[in-house]
Amino acid sequence: MNKIIYKEQLSKDVFLMRINAPRIAEERRPGQFIILQTDEDYGERIPLTIADADTDEESITIIFQVVGKTTTALSMMLMGDYLPVLVGPLGKPTHIKNFGRVICVAGGIGVAPMFPIAQALKDAGNHVSIIIGARTKELLILEKKIKKIADEFIVCTDDGSYGRKALVTEPLKELCESTQKPDMVIAIGPPIMMKFCSLTTKPYNVFTQVSLNTIMVDGTGMCGGCRVSVNNEVKFVCVDGPEFDGHQVDFDNMIARLNAYKSIEQQKQKCFVEKTFKQKEELV
Amino acid sequence: MSHLSAEELSLKAKEVIVQYIDKCDTLKQKERTKIPAQEMPTQDPFIRRTNLNEVAIGFSEEQARIEAMRCLQCIKKNCVDDCPVGIDIPGFINKIAHGDFESAAQIIKQTTLLPAICGRVCPQETQCQLHCAVGKALKDVDKSVAIGRLERFIADWERKKGKRILPEMKPPTGKRVAVVGSGPAGLVVAADCKREGHHVTIFEAFHKLGGVLRYGIPEFRLPNEIIDKEIETLNEMGVEIITNFVVGRTRKLMDLIEKDKYDAVFVGTGAGLPVFMGIEGENLVGVFSANEYLTRANLMHAFEKDKADTPMFSSKKVAVLGGGNVAMDSARMAKRFGAEEVFVLYRRTENEMPARKEEVQHAKEEGVEFHFLENAKRIVGDDHGCVKGIECLRYELGEPDESGRRRPHEIKNSEFIVEVDTVIVAIGNGSNPLISQTTPQIKVNKRGNVLVDETQKTSMDRVFAGGDIVLGAATVILAMGEGRKAAASINLMLAKETESETKKKMYTVSDM
Repeated sequence: MNKIIYKEQLSKDVFLMRINAPRIAEERRPGQFIILQTDEDYGERIPLTIADADTDEESITIIFQVVGKTTTALSMMLMGDYLPVLVGPLGKPTHIKNFGRVICVAGGIGVAPMFPIAQALKDAGNHVSIIIGARTKELLILEKKIKKIADEFIVCTDDGSYGRKALVTEPLKELCESTQKPDMVIAIGPPIMMKFCSLTTKPYNVFTQVSLNTIMVDGTGMCGGCRVSVNNEVKFVCVDGPEFDGHQVDFDNMIARLNAYKSIEQQKQKCFVEKTFKQKEELV
Repeated sequence: MSHLSAEELSLKAKEVIVQYIDKCDTLKQKERTKIPAQEMPTQDPFIRRTNLNEVAIGFSEEQARIEAMRCLQCIKKNCVDDCPVGIDIPGFINKIAHGDFESAAQIIKQTTLLPAICGRVCPQETQCQLHCAVGKALKDVDKSVAIGRLERFIADWERKKGKRILPEMKPPTGKRVAVVGSGPAGLVVAADCKREGHHVTIFEAFHKLGGVLRYGIPEFRLPNEIIDKEIETLNEMGVEIITNFVVGRTRKLMDLIEKDKYDAVFVGTGAGLPVFMGIEGENLVGVFSANEYLTRANLMHAFEKDKADTPMFSSKKVAVLGGGNVAMDSARMAKRFGAEEVFVLYRRTENEMPARKEEVQHAKEEGVEFHFLENAKRIVGDDHGCVKGIECLRYELGEPDESGRRRPHEIKNSEFIVEVDTVIVAIGNGSNPLISQTTPQIKVNKRGNVLVDETQKTSMDRVFAGGDIVLGAATVILAMGEGRKAAASINLMLAKETESETKKKMYTVSDM
């Protein structure tokens, strides 16, 4: 049982939580994730990347977007509540060293997992350019926090409501074409965004690392539900990843696999929300 | 054969037992072999394919006593020799024949902690029942005394009585043992080390205990309630249980010894790495490892659609690849989830299938079809990346290979496509690589199995291993046998240390 010690709403559907988890806080490295359940018996296991950790407070930070039943239920939990299941840190940590010039591209909620990685890359002596993007201004998170790390910082929104009106791939392309060509790109965000970032950097032959968030059950290599095709080989995101060479990932297959349960998931969330409202109404 | 209900079988047994009850000790061997072998009562196949309740219901008291009277009480006990944990089989069966179930339970408990589980999932036909004299006399191994069913009968009888006999435990030694993984091997080690008075902690990666017993073996073969009861016993014995803890990730194995001061570690992390066939289309939507399919159904309760958040892929036509017990479990589970058509693809014939006969029989009764001498060549997808069919090849059997089974050869140009929307791959499991990846001190072979010596000790000081992580995917009872051996080695090592520490103390005291 892990206590939620802090909760904050970052945007309409995005929440930040700090959870008491001494062991995970001590062991975790940038790039790793946890799996949690909101109900021990019937809950589903969802992976979430660790956005930060504080060994003094013995806590880890997670940032999540409400997309299904479990994230809806999680968003309704309050400070002081306990998570019945929290396990981690899982996955391989990001390989951190001085690569030279690195571009970190984060889309939507991808800023959260990007933060510890960008920080570690900066600490390792890299020149770090950060591009963050979202559909619209309200969906941008952690802008101030991540900006502090950046040697160069670009914000875009799809609708132009804030920063530059562009997709993140536009400034990414410009930086690849600039005189100081990047040595590495890290892209984290929605699958479609990571796919197009990888396609953007491919012609320039810039190594591009992506962090995949697939459907998982156990998260320890046991079920293979998270498998993706990387360079035509089967890889498990939970134990071989979550980070892979974006130029080698079969994104179309990954996106199809992510959508395998979509209709059931949407229905479950709808039922859950309706039920919860009904209960609230009855209470009133 | 028409299906006889439990009530009918019980009534029949009540009639039959009258002939033998007074002659329990005086029956001649020939008479004993003529006693009718008792049929295991099962749920009606048409009803059970829609529920997860246990298929085999268990003997009635009369059935158990009749079955027990078939035992010849041989002097040379082949059955005991063939049991990996050496249960006194004729001993407990004799007690059942006399209706003394409590004594039977005590005899079983001397050697095994988990009779309710072993009685259900052990492959008795290749172990204790293989060389049974009754089976030999009747020239049919299936006519051997039903040792497993009798073991289960006693375990269930004891559980229903609500009596739990805790094994005797020695006073605390102050030594600490860490057990990594709570599958059958780990559970045995925990119990055996706790009995010696050591402090025992079980670390489990999942939120529930039992390992493969929980996530792998379906409720209809091994109800969760039974696993819970066995674990309650450990709890009552004072074994510390920590769930949601992945040794290697949450804590390095080395740290358990160096920082957390465990005196010994047992690694029983199992064969949890699904093997795929390496054929085209294996990543399509609708292709599952048996591990994933069964874990969703068992551990995550996907069968209870209204309550469970973990969904199950909805299937109409399912192909299961493989011929072992896991393939049978997957096929039967798919039926229960409402698939209209489920077939098992196996490249040899029924005779070579590694699955237990009983499981194959049950699968057939439930409407699972078998396509023998066929194998998958590629999985065919539609425009959306979902499974729409499976391309198969026909096979024929050639000369026997090193395992003694006739080697299958593909028939050239025999490809054909069958329409399916789901494929479950159940061709085996490799060793879970987490411990070896994060603990380089532990030596493994090229298949990733942990290497141990004859005492189950690994190449790392104070670390022992057993079960599927050593054997590769094997059986529950073999894992338990290895656990028993490892626990004995751990107990011996710790006893020696205690002895030398005591001596040292004595010297220090006398020096003063």
